[in-house]
Amino acid sequence: MPRLFTTHPVEARLAIVLALIVLGLSLSTDSFLTLANLTSLLNNNSVDLIWAVGLLVVLIAGGIDISFAVAASVVQYLTAQIFGATGGNWALGFIVAGSLGIGLGLINAALIHGFRVISIVITIATFNAYFGLLMSFTKGRNIYTLPDWWVDRIFIFEHQSENGVWSELNLSVAVMIVCVFATVVLIRWTNIGRQLYAFGDNPEGARRAGVNIALMQAVAFGWMGMMAGIGGLMQVNIAQEVIPNALYGRELDVLAAVVLGGARLGGGRGSVLGCILGVMFVAVTRNGLNLLGVSPFAFQMIIGAAILVAISSSNLNFDWRGAARRRRATTGRDAA
Amino acid sequence: MSLIHRINRSLGSEALPLLGALLVVVVGFSLATPLFLTASNFGSMAFQLPVLGLLTLAMMVPILSGGLNLAIIYTANISGLTLATVLIAFGGPEAGIGAFLIGSLAALLVGTLAGLMMGLIVAYVGAHPILVSLAMMIFLRGLGEFLTRGGDISGFPDYMKVIGHGSLAGIPVPLLIFIAAAILWHIMLRRTRHGFSVFMIGSNIDAAEYSGIPTKRTLATLYALSGLICAVAGILMAARFNSVRVGHGEALLLVTVLACFLGGLDPFGGFGRVLPVCLALAILQALSSGLNLIGANQHLATAVWGLFLIAVMAIRWAAGRLNITRFGRT
Amino acid sequence: MSGTKEGAPFALKLRGVSKRFGGVQALNQVDFNVRAGEVHCLAGENGCGKSTLIKIVTGVYTPEPGAEIEVFGEPQTGMTPTQARDMGIAVIWQDLALFPHMTVAENIGFDQMVGGRPRLAALGQIRARAAQLLERLGVTLDLDARLNTLPIAQRQIVAIARALMGEARLIFMDEPTASLTQSETDALLGIVRTLSTEGVAIVFVSHRLAEVLEISSRVTVVRDGRLEGIYPTEGMTQARLGELMTGHTMDHQVIARDKSAAAPVLEIDGLSRHGQFEDISLTIRKGEVVGLTGLIGAGRTELAHALIGRTRPDRGMVKLCGREIRPRNIREAISLGIAYVSEDRLSLGLIQPQSIADNISITVLDRILGGLGLISPAQKKVLVSHWIEDLAVKIGRPEDAVSTLSGGNQQRVVLAKWLATEPRLLILDSPTVGVDVGARAGIFRIVHRLAEAGLAILLISDEVSEVYHNADRMLHMADGRLVETYDPRGTTVEAMEARIYA
Repeated sequence: MPRLFTTHPVEARLAIVLALIVLGLSLSTDSFLTLANLTSLLNNNSVDLIWAVGLLVVLIAGGIDISFAVAASVVQYLTAQIFGATGGNWALGFIVAGSLGIGLGLINAALIHGFRVISIVITIATFNAYFGLLMSFTKGRNIYTLPDWWVDRIFIFEHQSENGVWSELNLSVAVMIVCVFATVVLIRWTNIGRQLYAFGDNPEGARRAGVNIALMQAVAFGWMGMMAGIGGLMQVNIAQEVIPNALYGRELDVLAAVVLGGARLGGGRGSVLGCILGVMFVAVTRNGLNLLGVSPFAFQMIIGAAILVAISSSNLNFDWRGAARRRRATTGRDAA
Repeated sequence: MSLIHRINRSLGSEALPLLGALLVVVVGFSLATPLFLTASNFGSMAFQLPVLGLLTLAMMVPILSGGLNLAIIYTANISGLTLATVLIAFGGPEAGIGAFLIGSLAALLVGTLAGLMMGLIVAYVGAHPILVSLAMMIFLRGLGEFLTRGGDISGFPDYMKVIGHGSLAGIPVPLLIFIAAAILWHIMLRRTRHGFSVFMIGSNIDAAEYSGIPTKRTLATLYALSGLICAVAGILMAARFNSVRVGHGEALLLVTVLACFLGGLDPFGGFGRVLPVCLALAILQALSSGLNLIGANQHLATAVWGLFLIAVMAIRWAAGRLNITRFGRT
Repeated sequence: MSGTKEGAPFALKLRGVSKRFGGVQALNQVDFNVRAGEVHCLAGENGCGKSTLIKIVTGVYTPEPGAEIEVFGEPQTGMTPTQARDMGIAVIWQDLALFPHMTVAENIGFDQMVGGRPRLAALGQIRARAAQLLERLGVTLDLDARLNTLPIAQRQIVAIARALMGEARLIFMDEPTASLTQSETDALLGIVRTLSTEGVAIVFVSHRLAEVLEISSRVTVVRDGRLEGIYPTEGMTQARLGELMTGHTMDHQVIARDKSAAAPVLEIDGLSRHGQFEDISLTIRKGEVVGLTGLIGAGRTELAHALIGRTRPDRGMVKLCGREIRPRNIREAISLGIAYVSEDRLSLGLIQPQSIADNISITVLDRILGGLGLISPAQKKVLVSHWIEDLAVKIGRPEDAVSTLSGGNQQRVVLAKWLATEPRLLILDSPTVGVDVGARAGIFRIVHRLAEAGLAILLISDEVSEVYHNADRMLHMADGRLVETYDPRGTTVEAMEARIYA
């Protein structure tokens, strides 16, 4: 832990705050520290976490992606079209949803790299394009007739306590754990991951060292796309239907959680641990307010205020302007 | 050649290509449907554009300074809510002009305060504007939902319809409000010390500070002004829809960013002008109205906006490459 | 001086290397060679083509057809950065090209991560080798410290270790000592000598001529993209090398005058700021140019920052024209009549992407206001053209970006924006960094003219000869204290350098 303070100060601080909240809730409510509550916390946030680790990779590489949530909706719709009412199975589902997601991500990467435009511009454009096309094709109608495998509940853990309360973890938690672990492997253990950090940290330095810039964009946005697709697949499993505009707006909530967890807008810094802490900070706060009997209408307000206080009391991301200038220096030039 | 040069110099190099694009869109739709080139179509466009236009002006200045304001929609909503609350307190439909003025003043104050708070955090804490405004957005959305319990507030006095639906000398009042705001914004950016400072901060905040620019004050002021214009948009929305609901206009948030980039704002900050952004807005409105007239649904327009931005970026990239090969820049 | 290594095999041999960028001929038929174990210096003015040459050798740029490149005896056609590295060529860039948010170990081992198939990174192995390398260099660094927490000298060492990590046998060092203090420089030169005895060839690029002559055995001079010649350093003098680089002889004379009768403009008494400078007392008089020299890190820039309100001194008093002042920020300093030309023109002195006109008027917006308090384009135009003419700035159009100008002309724009504030005291912090030797004289002609007109000038520079030839009095600062005052008429550059670099 002391080591964490020097290497990952934002994560360390957030971990302490989260621990204090958990401690407070455990003492002030009977229901927080129960297996049923903790498992439902995981169930309810696994999809956000899948997206969060995907977005983390993009942020580390110095980009931003606004389009992933609507991309997930597009994947859901296309997957439903491909499998119809009866086709497919889980294995095919992952392959199809993952590939479609990667495809949508690669479109972003190709436009960003091809036209040398920063990612926020391109992903806002594709956000509008994906969403508009999706809503035109679906006419905004939900799809209920989905293959059984997709909407059947699968529990990876079940437990009935003495007082008869069921606790369970659903499939999305297992998928989330795999996605989180895969992201750790990618960004921490592989040479590609080291290059992603370096590219986000100092693009010109990375270019001079021979890092393949196009490949970095493709890996970052492809990974984000894959996570968007898989998250979309699991979200349908939970919601039991495809609602074209259900995920609209989720991108900003996930972004807030990831950045709160120490990922730097501008690139080069961020960790999976921080991602988890960021998402769980928001989730536990919401859960705690619920258990404390606070009006649900006040949740968002309190969470927003909590984030504002968190930002104001620390100077995380202090050097954002320097990073923007450095980035301008490289995006403006051709890869010689 | 020299005329083009002079126009580029006084209006910005983005103005002419965008004007051309607007002409193409207008001519295209005029050929596609006889309904496009009609007074009633232009009238309805003129009523629809101003809300998006005002919100885009609110987004523009933070982008010029190298930041972003993601809280604009909910700042507008909360300001509208303030006006609505005052009007309801004075009797709803029976509320007098005085109540409207007090309410509007309170709305403007609330919008400015929301913006100022973001500006202060950006300036003095040094936190990233995307994060600050995102948190403010979540907070304001929550505050609005908490105050309204997710419902609408309606029942405003009749005279407010003049603002939302009336015309003055044949020109829709909302459009007049937008034009006035755009002219003020243009003057603010090109001719005031504050505007000058915004551009300099957008390019290099440290060098601006070393040159005696009050960078912190400028940041705080520019977000406050962004909040102020949001409040104007909020009042206009209340007048147009005759109701206030938190979440009204939510879908416009990223469209305003799109309009700014389409209007040639440098996403890194430091460069951009009001007129090209207005042209970009006109293009977006023409695309959406035209598609509507030829029977496409509303959402197709959203898609076309996104594709249009990608096309513009591709053209700018191609033009940039052409310049490089022609002038031998490296 | 290292041995001449004659007879040692060539590490690198270039013949007829040219490079064009559009209409600009950056390199024209340049020959160059380095032997194994040799320290070879590459000398030339800014923009003469040194960096282009390095980028060609390392595969960042492709030379024009017809160039012959031989690396360790093998002819090369078209290299990529990865191939160049695999052949044992490494560069330590002037900006280091390191990764500020990564750790020391990650930075040192980064090149091992690039190229080849996606694979698991052997992080433990790389860490162990990084530790070994630092030991070989005789330095102790925390391998897990983030790079941006280290001082610049230690980052320099990280960059060297990174180069050695790839078994480099030929290392280019681009201005490695530019931001080091003398003792740090000595340590670095020690490392360079060690590497050289181990058979590593080193190409050393530096503008500090004394250093060049001390470390290298041969020097290649490039001028305007052409090869001026390859010379042994034995018997070479700084003056001769300067002439070869610029193409004209530098006739310097001492211009110092006695200004002790003039009215004082700036009086500093016992000024201190903890950890930066201690008990500084000095006076600058009307029309006087006072030079402040010493090593980087001596506290010179910190003193200037306290004078302009960037920082607050802990103790002491500052008087401007007899009145005590305590500026709280740069704006107050400007209104009091203090102007500060920053040493960092690229990121602090000018707003590079913005126009020349805006950069000149940024400090005096209050003075170009017309009706309604709005900026008057007409007045702005008058102001800008006045200063462009007055300082003879060579520009295309006032609305061009300032980044399109040469270093010397950019520095004139900086002077213009500060002179427009009508200062009483002008602080010049290393005003000729990145300005060609030829253009420097022009900058100093302006400085002398301003002094004639009665401006008090504090000239901060780490180039002793610059201060010697341009100041009326010279102050020597070391470890945050003023240690001595010199009159240029009573001493020589060599004597002063001996004292300062002691």
